[in-house]
Amino acid sequence: MNFLIMNIPLNIVSTVHDWIYSIMPETAASITVMVLIAVAYLALFAVAGLYLVLLERKVAAWFQLRLGPNRVGPLGLFQTIADALKLVSKELTSNDRIDKFLYNLAPYFVIVSTLIGISVFPFSKQFQAFDINIGLFFLIAVSSIGVIGILVGGWASNNKFALIGAMRSGLQTISYELSVGLSILTMVLLTGTLQLSEIVEVQRTGGWLILQGHIPAIIAFCIFMIAGTAETNRAPFDLVEAESELGAGFHTEYSGMKFAYFFLAEFINMFIIASIAVVLFFGGWLSPFGITDGITWFPEVLWFLIKVLVIIFLMMWFRWTFPRLRVDQLLTLEWKYLLPLNLANLMIMAIIIWMNWTI
Amino acid sequence: MSYFSDIYNGIKTLITGMKVTGGYFIHARKGSLTQQYPDNRETLKMFDRFRGEVVMPHDENNQHRCTGCQSCEIACPNGSIEIIWDRAVDPETGKKKKKIDKHIYHLSMCTMCGLCIEACPTDAIVWAQNYENSVYDRSYLTKTLNQPGSTVIAGVED
Repeated sequence: MNFLIMNIPLNIVSTVHDWIYSIMPETAASITVMVLIAVAYLALFAVAGLYLVLLERKVAAWFQLRLGPNRVGPLGLFQTIADALKLVSKELTSNDRIDKFLYNLAPYFVIVSTLIGISVFPFSKQFQAFDINIGLFFLIAVSSIGVIGILVGGWASNNKFALIGAMRSGLQTISYELSVGLSILTMVLLTGTLQLSEIVEVQRTGGWLILQGHIPAIIAFCIFMIAGTAETNRAPFDLVEAESELGAGFHTEYSGMKFAYFFLAEFINMFIIASIAVVLFFGGWLSPFGITDGITWFPEVLWFLIKVLVIIFLMMWFRWTFPRLRVDQLLTLEWKYLLPLNLANLMIMAIIIWMNWTI
Repeated sequence: MSYFSDIYNGIKTLITGMKVTGGYFIHARKGSLTQQYPDNRETLKMFDRFRGEVVMPHDENNQHRCTGCQSCEIACPNGSIEIIWDRAVDPETGKKKKKIDKHIYHLSMCTMCGLCIEACPTDAIVWAQNYENSVYDRSYLTKTLNQPGSTVIAGVED
């Protein structure tokens, strides 16, 4: 019975899966299933992104001793839905001398690369759309595509602020990609695999990786959080869209739904960075100390979400505390501090694993 | 090595900042600065230095402190104050003395600079704390500050 309760959603999924395979030839059925899963993910993360925006606004308000949105719906819960409806109904404006094709392509580049990244995460043991053995590598590769969308958008807008913002985004993402990659590599030394579901399984026996790798893992986590925040173009690294200097940076010229894509992509990117952190450092969907391991019906996806929300809260805390960096400070931080520290950290981690000093 | 002390100082100052905002975050529900204005109209209290509009306080005998010296009218940079005054015989001394007939105040022109209140030698006009000044007709914004039939408090001299 318990087994049944836990698996109701999964049962529905497998029933639908079997039914589609029974009425169609195999190729058509597998494509249909893929499309259905994609649509489900799209809907799920569009709504999740909307509520992350609401969370951001609420948290921002509390950090500034305000109340935040509290008028639309109970506790302001429908605020971002109303905002999204407004954005959908808005006119898609553009100025005269834009590069039409690239201008229209850019938002899709950003949002699609973000949503592809979402697909490889193991939200629980069964809830994973795409389990490949190079999961982490795939994630890093896909998340760097997003910056091309930003560069294209800034270039095609034919606006100096957009171009400056896009160029800053390019230099920032290319620099901080290194730190993200190296801090992930530090943890991969420990896990010995790039497959996300296996990384979680490694932590079932040995404890969360941030405990297994102790000091270098904690340093790697700090560096990952800094570089990850930079990767998502959020404050204090938001000089890509720095409102006070550049209008809105690369999306100055975008309106309506195209703007909403950029906006949503930022929040889903934040979710991705938080999810990588959770999978790599905090045991993914595993419960702390195995407290719910005995309860078979407990939805493990809840643990994943709780951990992700904690990390996201940390990123919001950064955003509403730290002032924005200048471009030269940004590059100094990366090339003079994070990168040497990261390389040294990688060496220390290698030595620790070689000497078997892991916990 | 300033390199490592820079890192240490950087982390220390960042954590100090996060402590401050974290404290705000925890107290935000109780100590929120937001006034949910139309809902709390009854309890909302404006702060002492708020400049709502210029008023002339009257006591229970319908008496005010304005002697009609016109200092406020002269001090006003854009002519928001007009005083219509008259002379009347003072019953105590038997001499003719200036008194106000109407102290007219144009709220629509007032910039809330407060020079009239600073200029007043007898503190006859003060700032009010009200803030709901919108009306449907501009003429309502021209106000007569002294109440009809009011007189000056005996002994108030400029």
